[in-house]
Amino acid sequence: MQLSRRNAMAIGLGGVALAILPRQVRAATVEELTAAFAGGAAVGTGGLTLTAPEIAENGNTVPISVSAPGAAAIMLIATGNPTPAVGTFNFGPAAGSQAVSTRIRLAKTQDVIAMAKMADGSVVQAQATVKVTIGGCGG
Amino acid sequence: MISRRDFLQATVAASALWGASGVGNWARLAAQQRLTQAQLLEFEDYGNVTLIHITDIHAQMKPLWFREPEINIGVGDNRGVPPHVTGADFLKMFDIETGSPHAYALTYQDFEALAKAYGRMGGLDRCATVIKAIRAARPDALLLDGGDTWQGSLTAQRTLGQDMVNVMNALKPDAMTSHWEFTLGIDRVTEIVEGLAFPFLGANIFDAEWNEPAYEPYKMFEVGGAQVAVIGQAFPYLPIANPKWMFPGLSFGVREERMAEVVAEVRDAGADLVVVLSHNGFDVDRKMAGNVEGIDVILTGHTHDALPEPVMVGKTLLIASGSNGKFISRVDLDVQNGQMMGFKHKLIPIFSDVITPDAEVAALIDAEREPFKAELEEVIGTTDSLLYRRGNFNGTWDDLICNALIDEHQADIALSPGFRWGPSLLPGEPITREDLHNATAMNYPAAYRTEMTGETLHTILEDVADNLFNPDPYYQQGGDMVRVGGMGYRIDVTKPQGSRITEMTMLKSGEAVDPAKTYAVAGWASVNEGTEGPAIWDLVEAWIKKQGTVSIDPNTSVQVAGA
Repeated sequence: MQLSRRNAMAIGLGGVALAILPRQVRAATVEELTAAFAGGAAVGTGGLTLTAPEIAENGNTVPISVSAPGAAAIMLIATGNPTPAVGTFNFGPAAGSQAVSTRIRLAKTQDVIAMAKMADGSVVQAQATVKVTIGGCGG
Repeated sequence: MISRRDFLQATVAASALWGASGVGNWARLAAQQRLTQAQLLEFEDYGNVTLIHITDIHAQMKPLWFREPEINIGVGDNRGVPPHVTGADFLKMFDIETGSPHAYALTYQDFEALAKAYGRMGGLDRCATVIKAIRAARPDALLLDGGDTWQGSLTAQRTLGQDMVNVMNALKPDAMTSHWEFTLGIDRVTEIVEGLAFPFLGANIFDAEWNEPAYEPYKMFEVGGAQVAVIGQAFPYLPIANPKWMFPGLSFGVREERMAEVVAEVRDAGADLVVVLSHNGFDVDRKMAGNVEGIDVILTGHTHDALPEPVMVGKTLLIASGSNGKFISRVDLDVQNGQMMGFKHKLIPIFSDVITPDAEVAALIDAEREPFKAELEEVIGTTDSLLYRRGNFNGTWDDLICNALIDEHQADIALSPGFRWGPSLLPGEPITREDLHNATAMNYPAAYRTEMTGETLHTILEDVADNLFNPDPYYQQGGDMVRVGGMGYRIDVTKPQGSRITEMTMLKSGEAVDPAKTYAVAGWASVNEGTEGPAIWDLVEAWIKKQGTVSIDPNTSVQVAGA
């Protein structure tokens, strides 16, 4: 199982170039990030699936998946983090699928936003609330 | 106004299903003021598939008292709809006569008087009789256990769940799912599961490292000529609500998209009927039934609700079979050509004085208890008050525990978790060691003493309140509110997290809790590894022995708004 999974991940990454965001003096705000990514295009919905746990089991490493068939780029934002930008994933023409799975740290309960830029330049968005809880009293 | 009964029929008609429930007989039975085993088991076989559902037994092998909740608030879309209906409203909704056996079984009113009239409920030897009778009529009936089976008693504690495993094996379940099972620790769970003759299902249990399925998601059965897929759904919030260090390699979650995938997979594999054996909790199941296409029946668990009729979401039947062995649900289904054409349902209350114990299982239960008999039966005190736990905000058992924590740990404030398990005791009854363990037995029992600021206390109360009153059920964890001793507060259940809890007040002095001030706080069942303190049952036993007879004053310390 692990081998096939690793292979699948390796294949998936083959077509992806991850843009590591440069360290900035001041973290870009959610508005700045979404505006820059959309580049003036109206932001629609549909066409991308954001999968996130409703409640994080560990806020330090929250599994997030985004799938946007046909996308040229996917951006992830953790709106409640001191640095909201998580990353932008660009897909070349050789990418087998336009999907991203990663783990992110969430400082507190917040919305996670995924945006995808399609080949035709249109932009879509989805968001999910991930609760970070202290837990401890389940029935 | 359309009556609820008309509404139910209308829903059934609209979904092209034919259905019936056992509740219609109840008024007649009640009028006779007597019950027989034959009446409790009366069921005209229907269709070609029979499901038998039992859940949340919490290691209760012997008959017991269990008072259903007085307060069980639903929020958002779930406000005022079953199971968030209690007492007189519940009786009216389901056409049950006040003071009848079924009023006793399903509601809290006049509990003490009705308990004396109708006796204890449950007992796995009685459950065995019912299960065997159903199997005599329908030999290929599926017995499905919704989990929370191996935890909740002194004997389960001492044998690491083995007593329950042995007794359940005698009932021959066809599948189970899980929650508290995992608090035995992953190694023990693996050891037990490897020896089970039936699958331990959990479509939503994943390997935390690779995010891959870790347990069998479903099992296909051939029943009455139909392919029946049973999909397991474990409690989604185990690593949050219980100590994750006890099962570090596992991840859970609602994982709605995973459920949709598995439903599609079993349909592709030829399933004519899709059953989800769930430990989600009722409201989570209701939402999932609406969002995931293709589930015929959800056997609900975790929230301990008992409903005399199924709740329908579209074409999906939701069955709620109570807890602690008090009830068994029988669901007969007509399944043809990959479609559920109709159903018959009965929530069978296990009146222990009416149903003859199965001799074989009774002997097995006694054998499991024998090594602990003297310990179990030792009387440690007497109660003057009705002791119960279930209810959203407080129960007298937790009031007792909080009083003990404050006295024994010389604390200002006590916290006791909002568990829904723990049977009741009637006024005047002795408290045995077994009774105390039935309310406390679990694997992280350290009764700690610590210091917290008023601000921290507020944060904790807000956090737990959101687990219970978040309007989106997928964000709920299914327990009740943390019980508080020494401090009162006001809660508005309609407010968002952070602004529900106000007016936190020290009960002794009447002073407002100061966010900046530090208070001595005692509690138990912390999910943090390395919590120190005596086991809660030892602390409470010492306290009860000092009291001799325990009296619990009516608790008016929580003011509830927005219910």
